[in-house]
Amino acid sequence: MDVFYHIGQYFLLLVRVFKKPEKNSIYRHLLVLEIEKLGIHSIGIVAIISVFMGGIITLQLTYNMVSPLMPNYIIGLGNRDTLILEFSSTVLSLMLAGKVGSNIASELGSMRITEQIDSMEIMGVNSASYLILPKIIAVVFMSPLLFIISVACGLFGGLITGPLSGTVTVSTYVNGMTTLFVPFYVYFSIIKTLVFGFLIATVPAYLGYYVQGGALEVGRASTKAVVNTSILILFFDLVLTQLLFK
Amino acid sequence: MIEIRNICKSFEGRDVLKEISATFEKGKTNLIIGQSGSGKTVLLKSIVGLFDVDCGDILFDGRDTRSMDFKEQKLLRQEIGMVFQNGALFDSLTVEENVRFPMDMFTNKSMKEKVSRLNFCLERVNIKDSNHLYPSEISGGMRKRVAIARAIALNPKYLFCDEPNSGLDPVTSILIDSLIKDITTEFGITTIINTHDMNSVMEIGDNILFISEGLKCWEGKNTQIFNTRNKKLNAFIFASPFSKKFRELKQMEDDE
Repeated sequence: MDVFYHIGQYFLLLVRVFKKPEKNSIYRHLLVLEIEKLGIHSIGIVAIISVFMGGIITLQLTYNMVSPLMPNYIIGLGNRDTLILEFSSTVLSLMLAGKVGSNIASELGSMRITEQIDSMEIMGVNSASYLILPKIIAVVFMSPLLFIISVACGLFGGLITGPLSGTVTVSTYVNGMTTLFVPFYVYFSIIKTLVFGFLIATVPAYLGYYVQGGALEVGRASTKAVVNTSILILFFDLVLTQLLFK
Repeated sequence: MIEIRNICKSFEGRDVLKEISATFEKGKTNLIIGQSGSGKTVLLKSIVGLFDVDCGDILFDGRDTRSMDFKEQKLLRQEIGMVFQNGALFDSLTVEENVRFPMDMFTNKSMKEKVSRLNFCLERVNIKDSNHLYPSEISGGMRKRVAIARAIALNPKYLFCDEPNSGLDPVTSILIDSLIKDITTEFGITTIINTHDMNSVMEIGDNILFISEGLKCWEGKNTQIFNTRNKKLNAFIFASPFSKKFRELKQMEDDE
């Protein structure tokens, strides 16, 4: 029964979040700050992880897939499709759920237990909208951009490690990267990142916004936010893959 | 003036407020006193609307808050200033931005007008040269004063303070108390303060409401409080060795 209570509360919070903002100029300013905090500050970690993962995928393909029966360009092709279809959308979103999700939950949780949210409510500010809406827009807006950066960095990682392993040349790798390219895969993944971005912003926001207690509960909410968001990302990955590939 | 009539509030079957009625006068500092856990904060938060009461009426100058729609409640809240126990300043904003926040959200004043009002509020609470500091960079007493400055930024009709001098040294406590008292009389605000500090009671308590275990036990002026025969109130006000000594001296004086 607890699950239904939380689902109900989550949607009620969303109704409050999407109410008309008090002052658009203030929200625009907040949006810029959130884009910087949640999006721009994630570019570095996204790039590092993607370069390494692109390299690792390339090496795995080199050692496990290449045989006299298979053309070598399969390495570039395999790396590209793995990055586009799952890594840069799903795995990266799982990582962002950890970084951005815990940040959102702990920030809102701390504000709740120190009565900052109550103080906004007393002033007549719609605290849910003021605090959460800019975060949702920022994360949803930045997720596809981070996806594109991740794919580019992953392909670059493969481009470095593939030729270094000695089994594939730069030209064969690039040939693989451009062979049998299906644009739908990109659209599919961008749709996924938009949905995952929404989950990454809203689930931790819900858990942080309704924290009760002290610092211990804020920590618990933060952990819960990462776990629940990760599970939901995987669940929606399954659902969207089934729906969009059918 | 704020009037509450037969307010009840319970949490998970536990009654925290039991049919409390009281009137809080305009231009006076109205104190709610009681032990920790007696229901003071719940009462204060129920009056300002942070908690929905189970029964009873809350009237702000005759306007019943329980029959107000969302828009009316929002407008009423712009007439309310509140000082929380720990100040509840926004961590991510500077002192200046904290005080300017209600003006940014609810007024169309120019930046010049806002800065002028901001400076007035900060001067009124004796804050100087700290405009660009963050709440984590100022002392507890300053935080309370900034919270008071923020609370009066929109010229509120009603001011609520939840234990404004808890955690402060006696000298700073007296400063905060006299500041609230001055602001109340100067601007004709209806002020309600939650406290268990007997110094505040004696210094600024125009009207006092004593609650114990969710019930209203006593109501009166600070001049009457030491002559009461209410056992619970006596146990509360004469709890410390200092006040016990005071009572003994007073009794000796009366006997003579």
